[in-house]
Amino acid sequence: MRANLVKKQRVIPGFGLTMGYSLLYLSLLVLIPLAGIFLKTTTLSWAQFFETVAAPRALASYRLSFGASAVAALLNAFFGFIVAWVLVRYHFPGKQIIDAIVDLPFALPTAVAGIAFTALYTTNGWIGRWLAPLGIKVAFTPVGVILVLTFIGLPFVVRTVQPVLQDIQPDIEEAAAVLGARRTQTFTRVLLPMLWPALVTGFAMAFARAVGEYGSVIFISGNMPMRTEITPLLIITKLEQYDYAGATALAVVMLLVSFALLLLINTLQWWTRRQRV
Amino acid sequence: MLRHKAQSARSVSARVRTEPRAVRIVLILAALGFLALFIFLPVVIVFVSALQKGWQFYLSAIGEPDALAAIRLTLLAAGIAVPLNLLFGVTAAWAIAKFDFKGKNLLITLIDLPFSVSPVVSGIIFVLIFGLHGWLGPWLDQHDIRIIFAVPGIVLATLFVTFPFIARELIPLMQAQGIDEEEAALSLGANGWQTFWRITLPNIKWGLLYGVILCNARAMGEFGAVSVVSGHIRGLTNTLTLHVEILYNEYNTAAAFALASLLAFLALVTLVAKSIVGWKSQQQLKAVEQSPPGRKPYEN
Repeated sequence: MRANLVKKQRVIPGFGLTMGYSLLYLSLLVLIPLAGIFLKTTTLSWAQFFETVAAPRALASYRLSFGASAVAALLNAFFGFIVAWVLVRYHFPGKQIIDAIVDLPFALPTAVAGIAFTALYTTNGWIGRWLAPLGIKVAFTPVGVILVLTFIGLPFVVRTVQPVLQDIQPDIEEAAAVLGARRTQTFTRVLLPMLWPALVTGFAMAFARAVGEYGSVIFISGNMPMRTEITPLLIITKLEQYDYAGATALAVVMLLVSFALLLLINTLQWWTRRQRV
Repeated sequence: MLRHKAQSARSVSARVRTEPRAVRIVLILAALGFLALFIFLPVVIVFVSALQKGWQFYLSAIGEPDALAAIRLTLLAAGIAVPLNLLFGVTAAWAIAKFDFKGKNLLITLIDLPFSVSPVVSGIIFVLIFGLHGWLGPWLDQHDIRIIFAVPGIVLATLFVTFPFIARELIPLMQAQGIDEEEAALSLGANGWQTFWRITLPNIKWGLLYGVILCNARAMGEFGAVSVVSGHIRGLTNTLTLHVEILYNEYNTAAAFALASLLAFLALVTLVAKSIVGWKSQQQLKAVEQSPPGRKPYEN
């Protein structure tokens, strides 16, 4: 009882000041501006709203944005898993440098990535010139969009799977081996189920990042309406035509999708943590 | 004999925990090939393309007045955004880590919010408020204050997209450290500021630096959000990334890559600094974890 009384008296100062300042800054810079965009859509009628967000050009842009992001996130899930596995389990020269380089997509400005990938994959680029005779076009097609989105999301799967893989105790695999499991069985029946939550979380993060991406895509996509136009670019196009209502409606759709993805990712992370304990 | 047995047990353990040599080599090659294609080649082509017309051209492309103006604006935006978000990061982490209150998890989620918003949408929210057709637009226009298509808009957009970086590094670090040391300092007669400067700050300095590095890289490299609010006025509202886009669209590829190489160089420096500071920060966190768990903050 007495301990409780003592505890109630705070020794550390500054709660009011730091909390007040944090809430003020958060509200002014993030919460009020974000709320503003929802308020703005209320000036649109439902009919107007649906006409904008369900227009054929908008639907085509969702297909590309979500489709290419999903393929890119899948590529990242597959190769990111291998990269994480190799970095944790095997030894080879230069491993630490490779480990550091995985984070490059976080550090490299997206516009730089965009022009670099375009230069590589145009028909006279370093890689494009070998693909062109085979009839494979990458730059200015959806394939190019998938490639840059893979670059953008590359670190996520590696960085979610890596720590979980590191924490797996050797005795689990030993037990499986002692009980007669072959290596592939140990992998699919023991290791993979343990790594699954982290892998799915990394996939969702890479997907969420790719859906909103703009800078790198616009250089390589060619930006043809109905074919290689992503949703963020369509928003900018509408803005440049002073169609504020249309831009706002599409922006709200994007925001709702990102909030849904954020909720999903938070749930997945909670699942990952529970799995690890 | 015993030692021999232990040794062979260890090698059996190593054997059952790894794959045949051929599988290992294939996996390593797959990982390295993937990274070479997606990370190594794009970086190399930036530097090669930047120098395709020689050093003379490279230096004159960077020294060109519009390019210098773009570099200055990028430095200015980062120079304002990083300190302000640093101040916020420290205060938010102090409130969250040193005290207990209802809705703490919600607050942490809200702080992370800008991460999940598309850069383009981040720009638009400011156009809707401050733009000519926005809420405050007419009033600002009357008083001749320009925010959108001007430098303040670029600073605001940069502030928004880099908002969570420092806070999200500091919050878990300070939560792990608890309040023991601060309590001791206070009970020995230090005041709040002394406690912060002499106890807390030295404890969080590596985590703080790590956040600053990431925040700065994003601030200088942001493209989508600033593209919406900038208006692309050469020499006035073009940041470095936007100037790269303009040069590229004018088919001035060599100059575009020359400026892009500065940003790529910044990214490489960021990676090196991040690795060093990240390692130091881990040490700091480990030191905390090895000592007995810090006391939790008080109930509010």
